[in-house]
Amino acid sequence: MIEPDLTDIWVYLSASPLLGLTMTLAAYILAFNLYQRAGSSPLVNPVVVAVVMIILVLLLSGIPYQDYFEGAQFVHFLLGPATVALAVPLYQQLSRLRQLWLPVSIAIVSGVIIAAGSSIGLAWLLGASVETQLSLAPKSATAPVAMGISDTIGGLPSLTAVLVVVTGIVGAVLGTRLFELFGIRDESVRGIAMGVAAHGIGTARAFQVSKQMGAFSGLAMALSAFATALILPWLVALMGL
Amino acid sequence: MTFLNGITLLLVGQLIGEVITRLLGLPIPGPVLGMILLFTLLLAFRRVPVFLDTAANGLLGHLSLLFVPAGVGIMVHFDRLMAEWLPIVAVLLVTTLLTMVATAGIMMIATRWLVPDYRSREQNHD
Repeated sequence: MIEPDLTDIWVYLSASPLLGLTMTLAAYILAFNLYQRAGSSPLVNPVVVAVVMIILVLLLSGIPYQDYFEGAQFVHFLLGPATVALAVPLYQQLSRLRQLWLPVSIAIVSGVIIAAGSSIGLAWLLGASVETQLSLAPKSATAPVAMGISDTIGGLPSLTAVLVVVTGIVGAVLGTRLFELFGIRDESVRGIAMGVAAHGIGTARAFQVSKQMGAFSGLAMALSAFATALILPWLVALMGL
Repeated sequence: MTFLNGITLLLVGQLIGEVITRLLGLPIPGPVLGMILLFTLLLAFRRVPVFLDTAANGLLGHLSLLFVPAGVGIMVHFDRLMAEWLPIVAVLLVTTLLTMVATAGIMMIATRWLVPDYRSREQNHD
């Protein structure tokens, strides 16, 4: 009698959003504990660890991504209000921002053009398909924004989402080391560079370094999302895509 | 109630942002406009109410969690990633690091030129 019951339960669970949602939170909590045990080493990035764990579970249990996302979308949805929430740390850095707004604006606009231009250029040079080039172009913008832009310019939004996450991870894992290598010590400069190149995942890492770096990274992430949305369609046309 | 008030305000911000961008056909995403609106509101209000600070810290404290569902999507694109792995890996590594260093460099040069008195204050921070 027990066997058919378990099957029924499994049929229910694999079709309900409950499993995907719980799995996402549990995997993240586990990954975050691991990250803290490793002394907050950027190499044990909680996003990477959580993603790998979830993919292994999904592959082993044969649950398709679409079914998983039915539940995980509730977490994904929070990217929207989290973007709005960036206004708060930004406001708390108002005095620094007042002083630095001009260099910050110049750095963000140049950073956005460099990020998108170099991505399209290098992808083209190495023989990537046009679809992949266009999906790579907005990869430094935060996920919901990048997906929207990707759709507008003719990329694949779901592929862009993945590329955005990996870009953020690259920035979060290697960023602080890179700044040390180049002798970049100012926390506001580090924050701006992190936010432009590695959006929310870089910002999450920046908040762990200091509140100032986090706030500037959040600012850069928000403003570069804004700038990417305005500049990218024009840049893509200019590059003949 | 505190967290509930805060999260509601954030959702209202996003909602207004989404409606305005669609209504006016703006090329920027709704949440980004919502952030700008909330920032303007804080400028007018001159302080961050506790309930908003609680909700914002709650969401931003674990910002990386919110990227997990999109990250798992890598399994759907496995074939394309395998077929075009070289340009994709090269672009992700090279251009992300290039963007970071170039942006930092530009900001340092621009600060030195445009805000020459910034250095003295920089040393004062924690």
